[in-house]
Amino acid sequence: MKIALRLLLALLVTVALAACKTTEPVQDTPEDTTPDTVAPVDEVVTAPALDPRDYTSAQSVENFDNPESLLSKRVIYFDFDQSDVKAEYRGIITAHAAYAASHSSARITLESHADERGTREYNLGLGERRGNAISGLVSAGGASGSQLDVVTYGEERPVCRVSAEDCWWQNRRVEIVYTAR
Amino acid sequence: MTILVHRINSAALRVFLPVLMAFAFAFTGSVQAKLEIEIIKGNASALPIAVVPFQWKASGYPPITTVTEVIDQDLYRSGLFKPMDESDMADRPVEAEDIRFGTWRLLKTDYLVIGSIRDAVGGNGYEIVYQLFDVHTQEQLLSQITTVGLGDLRFGAHRVADAIYEKLTGVSGAFSTRIAYVSATPTEQGYHYELVVADADGFNPQSIVGSPEPLLSPSWSSNGEQLAYVSFENGNSEIYVQTIATGARQLVSSGKGINGAPAFSPSGRYMALTLSKSGNPEIYIRDLATGSQRQLTHHWAIDTEAAWSPDSSMIYFTSDRGGRPQIYRVAASGGKAERVTLDGDYNARATVAANGRSIAVAQGKGSEYRIGIWDLENQRMRILTPGVLDESPSFAPNSSMILYATKEGDRGVLSAVSADGNVRQRLILSEGDVREPAWSPVIR
Repeated sequence: MKIALRLLLALLVTVALAACKTTEPVQDTPEDTTPDTVAPVDEVVTAPALDPRDYTSAQSVENFDNPESLLSKRVIYFDFDQSDVKAEYRGIITAHAAYAASHSSARITLESHADERGTREYNLGLGERRGNAISGLVSAGGASGSQLDVVTYGEERPVCRVSAEDCWWQNRRVEIVYTAR
Repeated sequence: MTILVHRINSAALRVFLPVLMAFAFAFTGSVQAKLEIEIIKGNASALPIAVVPFQWKASGYPPITTVTEVIDQDLYRSGLFKPMDESDMADRPVEAEDIRFGTWRLLKTDYLVIGSIRDAVGGNGYEIVYQLFDVHTQEQLLSQITTVGLGDLRFGAHRVADAIYEKLTGVSGAFSTRIAYVSATPTEQGYHYELVVADADGFNPQSIVGSPEPLLSPSWSSNGEQLAYVSFENGNSEIYVQTIATGARQLVSSGKGINGAPAFSPSGRYMALTLSKSGNPEIYIRDLATGSQRQLTHHWAIDTEAAWSPDSSMIYFTSDRGGRPQIYRVAASGGKAERVTLDGDYNARATVAANGRSIAVAQGKGSEYRIGIWDLENQRMRILTPGVLDESPSFAPNSSMILYATKEGDRGVLSAVSADGNVRQRLILSEGDVREPAWSPVIR
């Protein structure tokens, strides 16, 4: 009975901790290196840290949820009224391009957005321009055009609804959505 | 629930505050409407008019909001009239022979309206009987009976206000017209969107279509019977046309890319729309009878938000071909586009005045957006609103007022400003966020 209670408590704590986890925007650059570690035999084995340049490893499908992998980064952010892709995101785009190039079954929809400022229909266009910019880079990186789709939501699907830059930057985004891997 | 009323005249406060409180409770339909009126600056040339409370001679109880109050509100909101407070009326004539014009001259009013409401002949409605007089010449300018069905007293009052407005300004009234707008209400799953049609003052809202996905860009057909709008119900933007009376709707445009910014022509023959199937957003003209489409703009920039000139010959549109959004104009039959707005870094979403003299736009400066009127002949911009997130202007069909979307804190609300900028009114129409207003044409 005591052991079951302890296990239940551990489970509850784990669930609570998992619920507390929030998604964070990409802040680090692809140049950050993570040291390779070898897990001691008598401990829980986690996935080994990846070489960030290892885009096309056979394990890469699992890398979608591996925070060490660029494939797990699937939101690109933009400056106000801009559709230029900032340098800090080029590595992520290259990773997805390489994945799509080596996995012909992969299908990507680039869901494109803008913040609330400006008129709604113009913002549909601005969102689409951002998606097109990423689509162009992913194609240049080796993906086939038939693997890519751009859908714009303009300002209609915000992740937050506060009229301040704290929120606006989060809405100026393109989300890389795999409809097939 | 706070009601903010700023008035230069404090006597007016005694009358209008209880009137506004009454409005808050006098709703019909499923959504409560609330009006807040804010004077920006007094209009020195507003016409003083006294609308004597109409006598209730009909069976049953009079409505909480009286016909007189609706007429007063309409005339006041236009920015062209200064209705007299009931408390200042020394006299309450009902019939023409009861009028003592000397009294009204002393009260410094230029015009006088008297009337009564009685049962319509044969039951099933009301007759609003009224007369308009010029106080100085003592001339009777109008003597009319407006007949309405049961439950349509507000509509009747709006018709009376229209007649008075037209008689005294020479411009047809827009008080008995309607507006469409989109509301967004949070739900457990996300948001619920509705396209709503209401009276021009925000009362009597009716839901036209509801969706768990965004709706935007409503556009009225020229006969007021249909609305075109953009819906994301299938995951991408699509254009639908819906008949208001029956609810029947038809998918007009879908497919890859943007399907947006529908705009019916005043002539009723065409619809302008924005499609990005060619690789970037361009404006197309669709023949509504045949369904055939031709491309109007040919430029790699974003070209969208088409608005027709009153004679359906020109299309005004938003384009960033010069770097940032500005308003351009092109013949609907095709040709070279020319730039229209020459003031400001960002001008978008033109609405064209029915008198053809000006367009209203959303003008952006840094992070702030305001509604401005661009005079087409003088080529001058006048900013009408304080911002800071004002957009989606829509002209009243008589060019007298502009309805637009703005934010109050984090909440979307609608406001209406008189075209001269003198009077501004906030409409709080529902629980959620309200946006995308579109003023109907005049429906005769």
